[in-house]
Amino acid sequence: MTHDVIIIGGGPAGLTAARTLLRGGVRDVVVIERNPECGGLPRFCQHPGWGMLDFHRVWRGPRYARALVHAARGATFLTDCAVTAIEPGGIVQVNTPHGAQTMRARAILLATGIRETPRAPRLIGGMRPFGVLNTGAFQELARFGRLPFRTPVVIGSELVAFSALATARHAGARPVALLEEHAHLSVPSVVGHAASWRYRVPVRTATRLVEILGRDRVEGVMVEHRGRQALLPCDSVVLTGCFRPEATLADGNAVRRDLDGTRGPIIDNFYRCDDPQVFAAGNVLRGVEHSGYVAREGRDAARAILRALSGDLPAPTPYVSVRTTGLGYVYPQRLTGVGQTARLFARDSSVARGDLVARDASRRVIARRSGHTLLWPRLDITLTVPDPLDASHVSLERETAEP
Amino acid sequence: MICYRDHTVTSTAENGQWYLVLGRNFDVAIVGAGVVGAAVFREAVLSGLSAVLIERGPDILEGASKANSAILHTGFDCKPATLEHTLVQQGHARYCSVHQRLGLPLLRVGATLVAWNNDDLASLDTIARTASRNGVPLTRLDRAALVAREPNLGPSALGALVVENESVIDPWSAPLAYVSQAVANGGVLLRSTAVTDARFADGSWTIGTNPSTIRARVVINCAGLQGDLVEAIARPSPFTIRPRKGQFIVYDKSAHGLVSSIILPVPTPVTKGVVITRTAFGNLLLGPTAEPQDDRDNATLTQGELQALIRAGEKILPDLAHHDITAAYAGLRPATEHADYQIEALAARHWITVGGIRSTGLTAALGISAHVMALYEDTFGPLRPLPDPLWPTVPNLTQALPRSASRPGRSPIVCHCEAVTQSDIAAALDDPLVPAGSIGGLRRRTRCMMGRCQGFYCTRRVVELACGRLPGLEAASHDA
Repeated sequence: MTHDVIIIGGGPAGLTAARTLLRGGVRDVVVIERNPECGGLPRFCQHPGWGMLDFHRVWRGPRYARALVHAARGATFLTDCAVTAIEPGGIVQVNTPHGAQTMRARAILLATGIRETPRAPRLIGGMRPFGVLNTGAFQELARFGRLPFRTPVVIGSELVAFSALATARHAGARPVALLEEHAHLSVPSVVGHAASWRYRVPVRTATRLVEILGRDRVEGVMVEHRGRQALLPCDSVVLTGCFRPEATLADGNAVRRDLDGTRGPIIDNFYRCDDPQVFAAGNVLRGVEHSGYVAREGRDAARAILRALSGDLPAPTPYVSVRTTGLGYVYPQRLTGVGQTARLFARDSSVARGDLVARDASRRVIARRSGHTLLWPRLDITLTVPDPLDASHVSLERETAEP
Repeated sequence: MICYRDHTVTSTAENGQWYLVLGRNFDVAIVGAGVVGAAVFREAVLSGLSAVLIERGPDILEGASKANSAILHTGFDCKPATLEHTLVQQGHARYCSVHQRLGLPLLRVGATLVAWNNDDLASLDTIARTASRNGVPLTRLDRAALVAREPNLGPSALGALVVENESVIDPWSAPLAYVSQAVANGGVLLRSTAVTDARFADGSWTIGTNPSTIRARVVINCAGLQGDLVEAIARPSPFTIRPRKGQFIVYDKSAHGLVSSIILPVPTPVTKGVVITRTAFGNLLLGPTAEPQDDRDNATLTQGELQALIRAGEKILPDLAHHDITAAYAGLRPATEHADYQIEALAARHWITVGGIRSTGLTAALGISAHVMALYEDTFGPLRPLPDPLWPTVPNLTQALPRSASRPGRSPIVCHCEAVTQSDIAAALDDPLVPAGSIGGLRRRTRCMMGRCQGFYCTRRVVELACGRLPGLEAASHDA
């Protein structure tokens, strides 16, 4: 039997998409979740601040996760089921408790979210004891009262690092320090100061983790600040942030990844992947954005799927490919539907100023957006999709890329 | 409770097993549960000897054997007529003949030894001659044939030799299977047991360890990185361990298909050089570096060397730049001042030395063990091999064969990256033969936390399941 829509991943994007599809009249929506319950990463985030954009409330993570699941009631939830492959023709291979199964749908939504960058790609030196972990694992241990650490050192200064501090203090641990390699925090410095004061944890910028010490368990870290090294005793190292898409399923036949940019699946302006039956939304597209933003993407992708199911989407080809010069990434990577309005999303790879411009193949500016950005900003620009016959590609860049 | 041969083992850690040792005089005591110790232990038990394997670490494979390139070598590049060459070839052959009965994988991917410059190209002939003297015929590939075989190699690859029988195995399951078979057939494994001293009197050794003493007629020194220190118990050590560190990088499974075989460089006299190989688990492995050091306990990762390794890897396989790094690790190889293995029986001292087993130890282990038992028989008396030994199997962890996670009725998956189920973890913790003794041992037995997220998703569940069973996982008490 063929389902209407299979959603892979029961987090904010997937659940919001399910809710939108059901409201749009689609009956047979299946959400496949590999964990024992749906809700995604907010399940383990005890601090408040969730649900503002999509539910107009300020909730803690678990409450928000429950609300997402509740709002998607009517969908079929398959938990403890892991998709092992997406294949052409709307086919997904699923590992279920009852053995391997092949499922089929008219449309598939990939909403598998993100994870943090673990130790190895960061090339951190030293020993490999137990106790070097990401915020995700740290928070989950704390959430279940299983935290085997007292004195973690927190690496990184994205918002999630401060979330880790909150979790640590909440669980009774005493973080030794928060270390940021760069001269500035990734969040506005007032956030850093406030957190440092609130959680009584020193926040150190321009301080790099050089080496991890300890054979079986972490005993300390060597850190470097302005060329001087110092030993910081601690019993664990929490590596925060540097989120990357959990896009393994995009490495198969049906979907391909943007390896030099977002590292997520390549999509067009209708959240549609290489295989036009497969769509993608949420953090799997490019790394972390906040849950409200992700939920909105889930909603928008679901609206595109509704149109696809009624045969109302522009053809996937021909398309105009989207590139960037100088920016960290841009998506969607393809534009279809001549004359329609499309939005491009991007992030700078460093602090930059100058107008954001989209040029066509003949270097003509077809859209412009003024304004500077602070650190690691999110950018977007709206343009009219050019005719692929006139423009083979669109390039998004800064007019003056001076820092 | 499960009954095995001449004693009953409960699923407890070894600290409850001292009754197995008290009052006994073992035929052999093997010091060191690396891959060589494991193979010798198995061989001794199967040869009808009562044997005890003594390991100072909390689990087997906590020293040199935990980090290697997982290749089953043919020995094509060994120095001809050395003991290493003989034992590598025997070890390879014996692994091939027992792997199925023990449930161990063998991926016959073959190797491609690539020449990257004209000097390399010139030495291919010498390598081919050595290989043919070693009984391993090699095929020569010109550039076009090489590109057809390995299209993703960097542009400066000029030609290659193909080594058909170089294979990939699971470096942790193999020694685990050896120890398991030994224990199933009556061998005694003592972990967290460090040898402190030993006295030889009346044809028998009394080995002092931190918890108690063990008596044995013959001691077999398989202590790897501690080999010369243990050897000093019997005599002034004829060799000195000069640890050589190797750092490795494991690439994401997405990179697995970039090569179809093991990519070898032209070796130098010191090292086999940086290798790129598929792993049995479906990743791509890059390494090792070769860094001499004095510290024989600690193998640290260093950012500079890892960066250099990545650059070297991307020269071999430019597409690596697009793939994620899953893990990085460092291991020590117990090199000595001698080029060859140091294996010797000391009749008067009731002692067998097995030292200086370098990176080829994983391949040679089963050859070494047969050689050691032959020495034993020549020196210390006849063996009476078990007529009908038990053959326990170890769980399959490789991608090539069906995993337990894809069976109907499986328990919940704990680690999604590596498809490890709750019952896989329980089985490793409760294994009646060789239960996991450390978190590293649990990872090596199940592959939990070894995948691309490195524990982002499964750490909590693993800690929950292993808490109270493995040291150091109890929730910390806080006074804040």
